[in-house]
Amino acid sequence: MRRISVQEEDFDAGAELARLTGGGAGGVASFIGVVRGEADGRKLAALRLEHYPGMTEAALARLADAALARWALTGVIIIHRVGRLLPAQNIVLVATASAQRAAALAATAYLIDRLKTDAPFWKAEEFADGAVRWVSARPGDEAAAAAWRKDLPPGPDRL
Amino acid sequence: MRVLYFAWLREKTGIGQEELCLPAGVDTPRALAGWLAGRGPGHAAAFADMALIRCAVDREFAALDAKLGGAAEVAFFPPVTGG
Repeated sequence: MRRISVQEEDFDAGAELARLTGGGAGGVASFIGVVRGEADGRKLAALRLEHYPGMTEAALARLADAALARWALTGVIIIHRVGRLLPAQNIVLVATASAQRAAALAATAYLIDRLKTDAPFWKAEEFADGAVRWVSARPGDEAAAAAWRKDLPPGPDRL
Repeated sequence: MRVLYFAWLREKTGIGQEELCLPAGVDTPRALAGWLAGRGPGHAAAFADMALIRCAVDREFAALDAKLGGAAEVAFFPPVTGG
């Protein structure tokens, strides 16, 4: 089971996780990213998410395929929202299922780490005072993604 | 060739995409950016600091010095910030 979606509408995390049960799954792991209420001590009004239609879906599918090739997963779901999102609203859901917990937990961490550096999304912060600022990439994100590449042989995982 | 701009590059150029005929010798994204910068003040501002710019060629992340070959689409954007 592989499900990829880039969408404006919210997702129902419970319903999505339910898709991953069965089919030999012994456990389901997930990560949900949500909009923070503040940035650098300033109150946020909203987060605007932009992406590269066509390329984004392909990049996410490639990451899902790389996870499926690396771990014995029974399912992968990646849902990423775009548009104007309010504090506490969902941004992203990554969920994986496997017969044993270790594969699902590792694959979930892998997918969210890689998604941050390998999928064409951009965030702009809209502050309560009306100011708007494009978010800068964090050096830690690249380091986290690179750590997953380090011990891998050449293959579909290498981008 | 279709050229796309995202995030603050779209804001600075004032457009999301444009169709262009490249002059001879523009054979890398970096050379393309240099040529685009001469198209007007918005484009010049967008490409003022190439250290802040990433690109994709035919919807694959690419190095700024990659060969364009027969590419149909090039996109310029800042480092990605999804998740």
